[in-house]
Amino acid sequence: MVQHLKDYSLFVRRCAAETIRGDWRYFLWMTALTGVALLGLNAYCKQFVQGLTITGMSDQVSWGLYIANFTFLVGMAAAAVMLVVPVYIYKDETLHDVVILGELLAVAVIIMCLLFVTVDLGRPDRFWHMVPGIGKFNWPISMLSWDVIVLNVYLALNAHICGYLVYMVYCKRKPAPMWYIPFVFTAIVWAFSIHTVTAFLYVGLGGRPYWNSAIIAPRFLASAFTAGPGFLILTLQIIRRVSKYRIDDKAIMMLRNIVQVSMIINVFLLFCELFKEFYTDSAHVASAKYLFFGLHGHYGLVPWIWTAMVLDLVALVLLVLPLSRSLKYLDLACVLAIVGIWIEKGMGLIIPAFVPSPLGEMVEYFPTLNEWLICAGIWAFGMLLYTLFLKMTLPVLTGELTPDSTPSS
Amino acid sequence: MSEEWKPVEDGTGISRRAFLAAAATAAVAATAAALAPMKDIADLPSLEEFLRKHYTELTPADKAAIIARISEQVEKKYGVKPNLTDPPPLDGVEFGYALNIGRCVGCRKCVFACVDENNQSRNPEIQYIRVLEMKKGSIDVESSTTEYEGEVPKKDSYYMPVQCQQCRKAPCVKACPVKATWQEPDGVVVIDYNWCIGCRYCIAACPYGARRFNWQEPHIPADELNPEMGLLSNRPRPKGVVEKCHFCLHRTRNGKYPACVEVCPTGSRKFGNLLDPNSEISNILQNKRVYVLKEEVGTLPRFYYYFDI
Repeated sequence: MVQHLKDYSLFVRRCAAETIRGDWRYFLWMTALTGVALLGLNAYCKQFVQGLTITGMSDQVSWGLYIANFTFLVGMAAAAVMLVVPVYIYKDETLHDVVILGELLAVAVIIMCLLFVTVDLGRPDRFWHMVPGIGKFNWPISMLSWDVIVLNVYLALNAHICGYLVYMVYCKRKPAPMWYIPFVFTAIVWAFSIHTVTAFLYVGLGGRPYWNSAIIAPRFLASAFTAGPGFLILTLQIIRRVSKYRIDDKAIMMLRNIVQVSMIINVFLLFCELFKEFYTDSAHVASAKYLFFGLHGHYGLVPWIWTAMVLDLVALVLLVLPLSRSLKYLDLACVLAIVGIWIEKGMGLIIPAFVPSPLGEMVEYFPTLNEWLICAGIWAFGMLLYTLFLKMTLPVLTGELTPDSTPSS
Repeated sequence: MSEEWKPVEDGTGISRRAFLAAAATAAVAATAAALAPMKDIADLPSLEEFLRKHYTELTPADKAAIIARISEQVEKKYGVKPNLTDPPPLDGVEFGYALNIGRCVGCRKCVFACVDENNQSRNPEIQYIRVLEMKKGSIDVESSTTEYEGEVPKKDSYYMPVQCQQCRKAPCVKACPVKATWQEPDGVVVIDYNWCIGCRYCIAACPYGARRFNWQEPHIPADELNPEMGLLSNRPRPKGVVEKCHFCLHRTRNGKYPACVEVCPTGSRKFGNLLDPNSEISNILQNKRVYVLKEEVGTLPRFYYYFDI
């Protein structure tokens, strides 16, 4: 046992040593990310000292950019499952080599999610009140308590799966099924749960008609399975360009199929929601009206949502056409879809629920520079983590880093 | 695999090491610069405050110590020695509130009496009561405004004050991930200001917009501080936590009316014990035209609106 731990920690240290090697592009990239992350940290320190007053939020719009990013990123994290399902359930080997890269992304993204929730807290010093056992956890009643559990368990599951499988590759041993198969299958169900629970967080509030719609959870899943694999399509191409890891075009084309179908479902569900809101035209439509057309002279989100609509539609058309079999157009479609969904599932989902307020007040929300900096900082930190994870893992996967290999400098 | 792995020393290894050392130094310096704003922090919790248990788990000795500590802090900050108590709910009492929508003239005296009584922040302004100026012919809150000015009542308007409805099925209590807000046996939904983590999920959950957040350190002029304080009600709140109307429980549990009831010049506000069949509130519920706000969300408020026939 002790020997195992020693071997494993040596493995981790050797992987970690890989992160201080690289060419100038790598160091430039890491320096830039560190710089942005530190800017975010600086902005957060200001918020910590002064309070959330330096955000654009108010008693009327009490959640903003942080929770919007959180919501979007939960989707990105859940998307790893879209790679796992073909490989482990349908035994389709096309994506076999990239599954681990998807799971590493999930780990980095969940950490970003947790950071986004933390920066939104008014009393981060009391985070331990949420820790089951020592705090006072309102489980199973509060949906937020469910969210804390599912996110942390999903993080642990993916961290374990990645850590174990990569170690086995490193040792050139066949992984023992009992150490990963049950975890992989649990993680599949769990991926759906993180997204569903996050949707229920909003759906369960009777006082917010904009969220109180049964279709929110399926809409979340559809957009997650578009944006997540879309992000991976882009990442995989970068990986194969800057590392020796071989990634087949076939794998990318399979991801294209996933993104394509998810995007169609995503747009369809959006259409269903809009039909229900606008055709019925009851008092409940106020928030959707504010989002798409403005209400009582307030138009804050209108340019955002129409940008998202255009991006979504262009991405949809590109993805459906054979054109996107060419990587150039596929990449374009993915970028458009990711940005479109980031707006629609972020700002477009969170803010309108607060406008108008339950008492009919029209208070708009505009994020402050400090808020943007904190968000950029967390994004940069997440990218930094993902780059580090890849840097640690890829040499193992390519067979460059083995127990017997001498490290190149 | 047990032999230690050591980096290979070669010509480039040294310069890499120098480079990495320089990079690490720069990173530490940049991190220190990023953390610089923290030096201005003024309200770090003491270890006792940090480790304080949930209100419902406090022993009488814990509570006494906390009351002493908060009193001392208040005295230091405001120069006023407060009379801080923690009155328990009364047996056989369930508070209820009724507001005569036909009599309210929208003068907002209740709003300001509440601010004074409950030590609400003056800057930024926190108010528990919102008075909606409604257009006659509509019960749609979207047709209302809370920012009306000039002489009241206006001819084409009627007035609907809204504050915490002390719901029997309170969505805020359900939402809170750490049980920092709960319903007391006398029906008042209270907040443990030392337990709230400031996630604001309760604000999102409330269908009445009744909850307020301390977006920054609240500011109250020392000469306006009300020294009669309750631990779960009007003692000064810290930055980053939620607060709201608590039926003035430091008054009502001692047999007084809430400040808003006492100040109302038109007698539109009625308060009492729902469990006492002879109370004024019970009489109103039996004999007047009574309704609750947003009945469709199923919150079962203890705050009723009524009108004379």
